[in-house]
Parts: sequence; structure tokens; C-alpha cells
Amino acid sequence: MRRFEYHQPQSLDEASALLAEIGTQASIIAGGTDLLVEIKEELRKPLHVVDIKKLPGLSDLSFDASEGLRFGALVTARQIETWAPVIEHYPNLRTAVSLLGSIQVRNRATVVGNVCRASPSADTIPPLVADGASLAVYNRTGERTIAIEEFFTGPGRTVLAPGDIVTGISVPPPQPASGRAYIKHGRRKAMELATVGVAVSLDRDGDTCREIRIALGAVAPTPIRARNAEALSRGRALDLSAIAAIADAAMAESTPISNVRASADYRREMVGVLTRRAIGQAMGGIQ
Amino acid sequence: MTRIVSMTVNGEEHELAAPDFRTLLDVLRNEGGLTGTKKGCDVGDCGACTVIMDGKPVNACLVLAVEAEGADIQTIEGLQHAPDRPHLLQEKFMQHGGAQCGFCTPGIVMMAKALLDENPEPSEDEIRFALAGNICRCTGYTKIIEAVQGAAEDMKKARAI
Repeated sequence: MRRFEYHQPQSLDEASALLAEIGTQASIIAGGTDLLVEIKEELRKPLHVVDIKKLPGLSDLSFDASEGLRFGALVTARQIETWAPVIEHYPNLRTAVSLLGSIQVRNRATVVGNVCRASPSADTIPPLVADGASLAVYNRTGERTIAIEEFFTGPGRTVLAPGDIVTGISVPPPQPASGRAYIKHGRRKAMELATVGVAVSLDRDGDTCREIRIALGAVAPTPIRARNAEALSRGRALDLSAIAAIADAAMAESTPISNVRASADYRREMVGVLTRRAIGQAMGGIQ
Repeated sequence: MTRIVSMTVNGEEHELAAPDFRTLLDVLRNEGGLTGTKKGCDVGDCGACTVIMDGKPVNACLVLAVEAEGADIQTIEGLQHAPDRPHLLQEKFMQHGGAQCGFCTPGIVMMAKALLDENPEPSEDEIRFALAGNICRCTGYTKIIEAVQGAAEDMKKARAI
């Protein structure tokens, strides 16, 4: 592995100052399951690696019916996967984390790290976008909250500046009569990157869809919302013909590329198939 | 910079010298002389380097040695009770033919141990789910699953006594 210098700051203030001072030559390490692979494969060449595991307050994990779900930057994918409130209230996020790498990886990998890596195919992002999650960002010059869908600027790129540290993620509480689903499509069941990922979160009012968010992964430079498809859904009864039209709209909004995992045409087709299935699953899971 | 990292490995305190960018895997194998933990892909795909760190199975290739400061590490070398007394899981891998070339075996045995510690009576699906990050190119997995099931059954019998 390429050489780098390891730093272990003891406070957020110290970490932020260090990151701001070193600038683009620094990478944050939390779980390290992506970063160390990228360093070994020379996709990233940081001269400094700043470990945030000693920073206080980043391991919190909480759920409250009025506050929703909150987890700190050091909460691992495996903790989220196995935590009863997530299993009960956020089956979409639960599905996404349980399909991320292996148990060995998930025992180290953090969900915040998966989000900050900003891969277009990251599993945890579509369900968090569909649920309207937000990121808490610390910088010694000030703290701010960023809606997750405004966080990504391109493959591997985010709005974060040197000195910024994402300290945690908040997910709003489930509304009454709401359901949510995430479906990952790949070539095999495990140890796979998503070819396409579709998340749907919706609230129902009687027979009609009151609110819906559809998030698509791996079919654009960043995870995206299918806003035209959402607009077609609101205020309508989601019968088979409505769902078919919504799925067509989602396909039209995706801008996939062809690569080693699938062709653009195949990905676009699967956006339609998975959007239909995810709406069905979300409706079936209404609690 | 090279640091001295203190960790407990298989119940013994160790102080191992490691540059900042050295993985736990390399330090265990080279400085620690514990070559039972294998280096396969070195990027977290194959699971051959699985060790149990503070009770949880991890890929030692994706942990920096400096991150293991103060940690409790179990490797395949710590599993058997004595040189000629294999652990039940090792017995079962031999009995069922769960190993051929053997390169993946230490990682799979450690992952299976972590599974049975957490879930002593796993279903076949649960075993397959737990071993998803351990790749074996020889066996086709069937005999590995049987070995883990065999160990779980024997452990259940032992608990009933």
C-alpha cells in the first residue's frame, strides 16, 4: 500500500482544523473498507489519513416516533442492519445495508462513509433519498444541515469542503399509512455492486397516493429522484395502469451508461421493472 | 512513521511495530509470525484474512494495524486448544471434507466461529448468508455448509448434556 501519515485527532475541532490545513491531500477514515481499497488500487493517493474514530459523540444511534432515526458517523452498516427499530420502521434501509459487501465488511463500514463515498451505485443512498434524510456537517467555522439529495455533485463528488466532517444522518419518522422499499438488482445475490437500485417511499390517504419519493441508483452520475414519475403518482390511486405509467416516466428520467456490469438499455429497462415492483412492495408494506 | 501497536492476540499481549500504512493482516503475518491468516485478494472480497476483532469478524486486510491499538484479536492459531487438539469446527471441516486446497479455510473457520458464537443454531440460509464474504474456489461450498451444520449439531448436543 502507498505510504501515508496517519492522524488520530481527539476532538471534532482538532480534526476539522487538521483537515482544513492539509486540504485535498487528506482523506477521512472511518470504517476504511472503501478508502483502503482505493489507496491500494491507487485510485486515491492521500498523503494523510485522518481517523475520526476517537471523536466523541459519533457513535450515537437512536429512534423516536416523533424524531425519527438518527445515527452517527461511526455507526456501522452491521449495526443498522441488526437494530430492531430499523428492521421495523425502515425495511428499505435495512435491505440496502444487508446487501452491502459481506458481514466482515459491514462490521467495519459505516453508512455515513457509504454516503460520503458518493458512488452512483451506493446501496444506502436511494432509501435515504426516498425517505428525505439529511446530513449533519461539522466544520470549525460552523455547523450546517444538508438534504441528502443536494449532497452529491457527481460520481465520487459531494458538496463537502476541506475541514467538513459529516457527523451523522437523520431520517424523518415514518408517517401513518406509509410504506417503503428498496430493490437492488445485480448479477448475483451477495458481494455485488448494484446494476440498478430503486427505492420508493410513499404515504397513502385512503386509496390515493398522498406523497411519494422515488430514488434511482446506478443510472445517473449521482443517485437521483424520479420527479416526473413522482408527480404522476401524487393524488392518484396506484392501480396497475397508473403504476405502468409511473414506471415509464422513471425510465425516461434515468440516464444510465453502459459498463462492465450492464448496458445502458438494460439498465433503463430495469428501472421500469424495479420501479413497478418497488411501488408494489412499498404499498404491501404499509403500516 | 512507525508505531508500536499493543493488542491482545489469541489471549496474549503483543507489541508489534507497524508503519502507519501497514494493515493488521500484514503485521499479524510478518511481525506476529501468524501466517494462518491468509492474504488472498487484499481488498476485502475473498474473506481469507477473516479474524475476529473485539468479538466481530472483520477482514484484516481492511484494518490498519494502528486501528487495532488496544483491540482483542482472535486468529485461526488461537482456535485450537493444543497443537494436537483441533477445535470442533476444524474437526468437522476434516470429517466432512470441507477443505481441499485449504487456502480459504482459516478465514471460513473464523467466520463460522463468529456465526456460531452469535447464532448457535443457524439455518442453512443463515450459514450461506454469513459465509457470503468467504470465497472458496475448490469445494463448491456444500461440504463447508455441512461442516458448519455438523459443528452446530454437536454443540447443541453438548449443551443438552
